[in-house]
Amino acid sequence: MNRYPLWKYILLVVVTLIGLLFAFPNLYPSVPAVQVVATDKNQTVGNTIVEQVNKALTEKSIPANKVDTDPKGKSLVFHFDSPDAQLAAQVAMNKSLGNQYKTALNLAPTTPEWLNSANAQPMKLGLDLRGGVHFLMEVDMTVAIDKALDRHKEEFRSFLRDKKLRYKGVKRVSDHLVVVFKEAAVRDEARTVLKREYRNDIEFLDEDSDKGFGLKATLTPLNIKNAKKFILQQNIITLRRKLNSTGLTEPIIQQQGLERIVVQLPGVQDPSIVKEKLSGTATLEFRLVDEGNDPFQAKSTGSIPSGSKLFTERNGSPILLKRQVILSGDSITNAAAGFDQNQQPSVNITLDAKGAKRFARVTGKNIQKLMAVVYIEDKYITTKNDDGTINKKRITKKEVINVARIQDRLSKRFQITGLDSPQESHGLAEDLRAGALAAPVYIVEERTVGPSLGADNIKAGFNSVIIGFILVLIFMAFYYRVFGLVANLALTLNLVLIVAFLSIFQATLTLPGIAGIVLTVGMAVDANVLIYERIKEELRNGLTSQAAIHSGYEKAFSTIADANITTLIAAIVLFGMGTGPIQGFATTLAIGIASSMFTAILGTRAIINLIYGGKKVAKLQIQPFWKGGV
Amino acid sequence: MNNQKQINFTGMRKPAMIISIILMVVSLGALFTKGLNMGVDFTGGTVIEIGYPEATEVEPIRNALTKAGFDAQVQHFGTAKDVLIRITPPKEQLETKSAKDEIARIGDKIFTILKADNSNILLRRVEFVGPQIGEELRDDGGIAMLFALAGILVYVTLRFEFRFSVGAIIALVHDVVLTVGFFSITQLEFNLTILAAILAIIGYSLNDTIVVFDRVRENFLQLRKASADESINISINQTLARTIVTSLTTLLVLVALFFFGGEIIHGFSLAMIVGVIIGTYSSIYVASSSLLMMGVTRESLLPPEKEAEGDEDLEMP
Repeated sequence: MNRYPLWKYILLVVVTLIGLLFAFPNLYPSVPAVQVVATDKNQTVGNTIVEQVNKALTEKSIPANKVDTDPKGKSLVFHFDSPDAQLAAQVAMNKSLGNQYKTALNLAPTTPEWLNSANAQPMKLGLDLRGGVHFLMEVDMTVAIDKALDRHKEEFRSFLRDKKLRYKGVKRVSDHLVVVFKEAAVRDEARTVLKREYRNDIEFLDEDSDKGFGLKATLTPLNIKNAKKFILQQNIITLRRKLNSTGLTEPIIQQQGLERIVVQLPGVQDPSIVKEKLSGTATLEFRLVDEGNDPFQAKSTGSIPSGSKLFTERNGSPILLKRQVILSGDSITNAAAGFDQNQQPSVNITLDAKGAKRFARVTGKNIQKLMAVVYIEDKYITTKNDDGTINKKRITKKEVINVARIQDRLSKRFQITGLDSPQESHGLAEDLRAGALAAPVYIVEERTVGPSLGADNIKAGFNSVIIGFILVLIFMAFYYRVFGLVANLALTLNLVLIVAFLSIFQATLTLPGIAGIVLTVGMAVDANVLIYERIKEELRNGLTSQAAIHSGYEKAFSTIADANITTLIAAIVLFGMGTGPIQGFATTLAIGIASSMFTAILGTRAIINLIYGGKKVAKLQIQPFWKGGV
Repeated sequence: MNNQKQINFTGMRKPAMIISIILMVVSLGALFTKGLNMGVDFTGGTVIEIGYPEATEVEPIRNALTKAGFDAQVQHFGTAKDVLIRITPPKEQLETKSAKDEIARIGDKIFTILKADNSNILLRRVEFVGPQIGEELRDDGGIAMLFALAGILVYVTLRFEFRFSVGAIIALVHDVVLTVGFFSITQLEFNLTILAAILAIIGYSLNDTIVVFDRVRENFLQLRKASADESINISINQTLARTIVTSLTTLLVLVALFFFGGEIIHGFSLAMIVGVIIGTYSSIYVASSSLLMMGVTRESLLPPEKEAEGDEDLEMP
């Protein structure tokens, strides 16, 4: 009696080994690090950069402990002792490397090579444990409807002109458009063709007034939804691009619902800098290049030809552009990277009707001349006055990102060529699409955790897990003796399995998640308590030791299943309904319940069977220490 | 069948019920008169935690902020070196972009002001919750609670009987009301983590109740001669050791969490400690008493056709 088949032991051993393997990387903590990548994605970073950086760091006496090199030469990661050294090092590195390389604060794993090759990685730490910024941003969607209505207004005009249907005017009235006609018959015809053209997007209703025969055009809910979706996507692209240029690692930008965006930035120490960056609006301008004058001379003498303005290119060299703006970024409706007929990288740009007309006129007159794309960014700088009041200053940064020769008369769709690589064309297309935020965003929620608090949280969380765990181990050993020790083994395995699960699925560990683990430790012994109390009861009922073990496990099982499934329901609801921190708690709770079912039932039974199975046992060591035995 | 002492729990159900009702009335009374000290998660507003290099006074900080035009609550947080500043947002609607941007920057501004007086301070934490988000989190929390209760109701009905699930829900409502009442009476801050704790309490208390119910069902089917009252009493006695041991181990880790888990997790662990104690009490007295009051008998659980005794429908792994 009480023998287990071999396969159950094998299963147990395999699960334990896998659990240990994947939990193991967590013993190697991540260290503060600075990552270096080349600004130009085609460039590599190699030994010369390592030497240059090491020299700069040695001068400041903050040498890096270790340098990770990427086999492809894409990035270098310098390890440091403390967040303070990391910050100081970044400043020194930026100074030494200049504009051609970007640095980013990072947490570098110190997992040994053999674990990496087994694909075993430590758990990800949440922002509350490693420090960082979490923003929830709301997009002002009134803009989405405004833009859609403006677009349709233009479209109606050209559409009706094309169809030779005479109208008096198109105007916007709050949330809809009204097209007014002189004759009812024309209105009726217009309604028919418009309805056909805008089947799912717009509803048309007659609305007569003293001004004439009107047609009221209302956006359908589907159209509004799509317009919002478009604006949201645009804003996400813009935000991503803005953040990528700040040199932060692993920024997370996600859509939440129809009108909100979540931004998570691990390792950010000062949320105000990021806020300035995100709320600053960027746009584009197209200008003709003043090819008749020398920009270097203009820069050195300071005398700028009238009708021109001095700009700076990305590589730092000056350039003279005509004062008049041909086109601004507002007119760009789309931009996509591609190739021209000579297989050279290009960017295809689409303009709105008004912009196209203007662009066609100007470029037609200036074929074979140079045109520049100017990137403009508004930023806010906050300073504090002596009396404690806050001063906000707006500064505008203008930079020429692209200069290309006009090959032909350009209108609604045109191509920008003369780009060096497909990467550049992709970047530019992204720049153009992103340009300015499609609609203003507001921060509606912020959660920032400084690095010092993050470190404190890890320490506190870790300590409480260990202390709680040890208290439970001691209690169980005293209260159930041999059986208690077996339960303790199961509990330890349970903890290992939870950590392994979280590591395998790269779940994010948060402080509430640690609370979930601690709580699971307390509740996981419940299964064993149920079983052991049942065994004791069966012993009191006069069963033999072997029969009592058998019956105790059997009878407790349905109770354990019922109790755990109900808790699991609560955990699932928590996960489904909750936000970040609550989800972290629910995840660890659910994983803990599932793995405790395995360890507390199968795991302890296997060991109990090994100890007592098939032997003649007079007395089970299951009574509290002070009672001696049955 | 049992030579152990039996404690007459069901016999004490009247006084227990009176105590429970009094506690419920006190809790609800506190909730209606004093309400909850809602944290920024639910009210909206800004919380900034700042670490000073040495122990610091609260008063000068408050004065500096008042001078700069902020209506701020300032208090120590955990130690005398840490200061927590709380600012409630204005009640009126924010329409313009600049007003919306302004309110999201309060945390940065306060840090700038205080840093001017002491450049060694550290920004430990900023939590800003817009007024609308606060409202949503409050609603979502309530909905989560209702969904959890509904899911449990369905499961217990399927596994037991409808009256058992009503009994479980009564015990749960009892636990939640008393725990929330505790937060109302003490006026401790009620935030998202406390809400998570209350949902965890629902899970825990239910776990406890189900264990007793499971035994009640088993005994109803086995002890043919015993009355419902006796069967339930025997069941509570049989599971008593387990109830106490499990509560004890859970409390052990919660106490560890309370003392060593840091300030942020303090409220969570306190809520859980209170909830576990109340939950243990309710699974002994409240859940089973409600079964008796609803007239649950042996017959309500008997399957239509007679089954062999002790027949378990679940297999061993």
